[in-house]
Amino acid sequence: MPPHGYSPSGAVLNEWARGDLAVTGQMQLFGRFLVRLMTTAITLLGVAVIVFVVIRVVPGNPIAMMLPPGATEADIATLTALYGLDKSIFQQFVIWAGGVLQGDFGMSITTRQPVLALVMGRLPATLELSVMALVMAVFLGGAAALGGTLRRGTRTEGAIDVGAGMALSVPDFLWGLVLILIFGVLWPVFHISGRVTPSLDLPFSSNFYLFESLLRFRFDLWADIVSHMFLPALALAIPLAAIIAQLLKQSLKETMHLDYVTLARTKGYSEIHVITREALPNAILPTLTLVGVQFTFLIGGTVIIERLFSYEGLGNMAIDAVINRDLPLIQGIVILFAVIFTGVNLLVDLSYALLNPRLRHG
Amino acid sequence: MSYLQIRHLSARLVGAKDRLLRDVSLTVERGQVHGLVGESGAGKSMIGKAVLGILPQSVEIVEGSIELDGVDLLQLSAAERRRRIGAHCALIPQDPLTALNPSRRIGPQITDRLVQILGWDRTRAETRAVQILGEVQIEDAARVLRSYPHELSGGMRQRILIASAFAAEPKLIVADEPTTALDVTVQKQILKLIAQMQARHGTALLFVTHDLGVVSKVCRSLSVLYGGMVVEDTAVRPFFAGPQHPYARALLAATPKYTDPLASLQPVPDAVIAQVRQEVKASDKGWFHV
Amino acid sequence: MAEGRGQITRRAGLRLWLAGLWLTALVLAALLAPWIAPKDPLAQDLFLGRLPPFWVAGAEPGFLLGTDSLGRDVLSRILYGARIALVVAVVAGSLTCLIGATLGLLAGFLRGWVDTVISRLIEIWMAFPPVLFSILLIAVIGPGLSSIIIAIVVIDWTRFARVVRAEAMAQGAMDYVASAQVAGRRRGSTMWVEILPNVLPTIVVLLTLEMGIAVIVEAILSFVNLSISTDDPTWGGMIAEGRSSIHHAWWVIVFPLITLFLTVLSFSQLGEGLKDRFDPVLR
Repeated sequence: MPPHGYSPSGAVLNEWARGDLAVTGQMQLFGRFLVRLMTTAITLLGVAVIVFVVIRVVPGNPIAMMLPPGATEADIATLTALYGLDKSIFQQFVIWAGGVLQGDFGMSITTRQPVLALVMGRLPATLELSVMALVMAVFLGGAAALGGTLRRGTRTEGAIDVGAGMALSVPDFLWGLVLILIFGVLWPVFHISGRVTPSLDLPFSSNFYLFESLLRFRFDLWADIVSHMFLPALALAIPLAAIIAQLLKQSLKETMHLDYVTLARTKGYSEIHVITREALPNAILPTLTLVGVQFTFLIGGTVIIERLFSYEGLGNMAIDAVINRDLPLIQGIVILFAVIFTGVNLLVDLSYALLNPRLRHG
Repeated sequence: MSYLQIRHLSARLVGAKDRLLRDVSLTVERGQVHGLVGESGAGKSMIGKAVLGILPQSVEIVEGSIELDGVDLLQLSAAERRRRIGAHCALIPQDPLTALNPSRRIGPQITDRLVQILGWDRTRAETRAVQILGEVQIEDAARVLRSYPHELSGGMRQRILIASAFAAEPKLIVADEPTTALDVTVQKQILKLIAQMQARHGTALLFVTHDLGVVSKVCRSLSVLYGGMVVEDTAVRPFFAGPQHPYARALLAATPKYTDPLASLQPVPDAVIAQVRQEVKASDKGWFHV
Repeated sequence: MAEGRGQITRRAGLRLWLAGLWLTALVLAALLAPWIAPKDPLAQDLFLGRLPPFWVAGAEPGFLLGTDSLGRDVLSRILYGARIALVVAVVAGSLTCLIGATLGLLAGFLRGWVDTVISRLIEIWMAFPPVLFSILLIAVIGPGLSSIIIAIVVIDWTRFARVVRAEAMAQGAMDYVASAQVAGRRRGSTMWVEILPNVLPTIVVLLTLEMGIAVIVEAILSFVNLSISTDDPTWGGMIAEGRSSIHHAWWVIVFPLITLFLTVLSFSQLGEGLKDRFDPVLR
């Protein structure tokens, strides 16, 4: 550590956030939220325009991209008219955006099914994977942070630091490969491909397999699904767990020096009680903000991780759509991802306001 | 009868040679107030922290004993020590603004220990909290218990901390410069409040301060520290009549008198400092070989 | 305490050295590939398919790390793969850095509408899933080395822009900038002369990290089979090929994976090490 200079420590973040928001009354909070909502709308519009333009403007006839090599001029013309691609880009965008606002994302070219239905059919798989990864990351990272704080200044803490540094240096894609080798091949305890064993009979009425199998008390199916999800979720979780471990441990250690923690120590509480009850609630806010942002990165990571584990989610479908040049489907998926990302960010802001007592009772 | 008995306590930074506490011995009688006086850095807060088991990790106790009611805390397991201290001791901290957990309401910060450490039932603990807040002259206890610390004034928070310290009827309270961080106007009230509460509950009090004036008002006996060494340990009355040690005498001369606040003050003379430093050094003789 | 701190610094120093050592070896491997590679990385021989590495029974002399399903030498392909990986790392990293840092500097120092536009762009970019975006770009532009580089630059400029913008803002608020203005320096020249040198350490660290990211993106795109041609030796392509034969020829995936892992780890350790050396305003 250098002796001087600003470092974005937990306490500083905490202070910044408090100072920034504490002066904001509740009306202003509401106003800020409205502004956030509007910028979110602008962001989504921007995403839509960019996807639209990228697919259509960059050299290469999009219809030729769609058709297999050897298609005739007439074929191309028919298709162009069918998908409205003979109109100007602006007109196309207006038509498409008008449809989107009414919940119509167009038809997929390869499957000839509505994009919305396809996307919504796959979304649950990706959501379950992301949430499971998030839970694992919070659990692993939280445990490492608490363990490191409990054993601060010892070799255990050093080991946790080095481990977190490593975990953070290597992205989810590589962790996925490493996990496949270790737990899929060397010591094959988990499935490395698919979402569920294909031969199983699924009684589900929704695509939230993990959730529904619990509701129906089908623990056999649940175990099979978890066994498929475990490695991809872990691969996604490792870098985020490392971030949580680092930041939370840093803020915890800073909080442990504060007077009210020392006072709590004299009251006879165990060290673990002091850490979890007194220090954690105050140390957790900066981590929470960060986890929100990082969660969107995690969701972005599902694209390649789903591919790697042949997991039948949105990301895997997206890559297929790109390879098959399924323009409406690509647009739909990208927009959906953007909606999820911005939505998560909004939620984080809201929960931050709700969790900070100074804001609640400002 | 003594309640707290510290014998030959020495402490140092982990891995360092110099001691922060040098062979400290002192006694706090049951129900009595003992002052711990010294300049900043003399180690007075360190002693309070050692008693309560909250020394920083960088400080280690190298020898001596801290007997609480005849049991040496340093011989106990960490968990056993924690329980014993939690059950029988309490701390009145220095800075009321930082000593309350900002994310928790006042109520549980007072009652949690009664329930979780002493095994009271929740209703009894809550009744007790209201009663003890009344004792420190907080009128609308119900509202205060529901508040978060940032909603209360500094003086109010210090009252709460005092109440919280007395809530479990501890046998010993360590007050670590409890008035230093407060406005001068509030200082007097808080001092009076602590003295009242101590008298009412008959609690032994280890009063850490740099202010001899405060000591003369609330303490029965006192220890004067320099460089982690006790240079004088005596009852209050003979001390203010005429301290034995030259450093203690100089310190007294450097303290404004309430009877004659305009009398000129003498800084501690260099010769006295040099002498006391010599003594501190002499106390280190042969110690490094331990 | 002091002792512990010394230990940590030493360990960090060691990591920096190890990372540097590996990257140097990689650069040498890339430069000298034609001379040190034991085989032609493109030479196929179906009779020599899936030969194990030298210490496993059934190995053929000359194929140190075994062969893939088409009988191509794994070691030679890794060595040649280093060329592509490093070209992508250096070229894509530098271009991303140049564009992203410039935009960030402009936004952070000039503020006003420039900042509004750039910040809004960053926000839009952050709403894209990056991997999907890059795959989409490659699908549109067509595969090839330059396409990969373009895709990385288009997607990752925000990494630089975000951090540099924040830091340029912080620096811009400092007194020395105000005094330079008072002394009559023009705004443009203040940005280059006063702000840039102070932001430079940050940029260098980010550049190092970005190089590691570029290597990974190239591997991911090769893995999805969109990178270069399937014949060209890329680590990602080798991993993709190894993934399909993971149960009967583990060496096809393991060796390129280890290489990729160590390379990415080295770049990021180098970045972390540099970050500790410089002022730690990052993260």
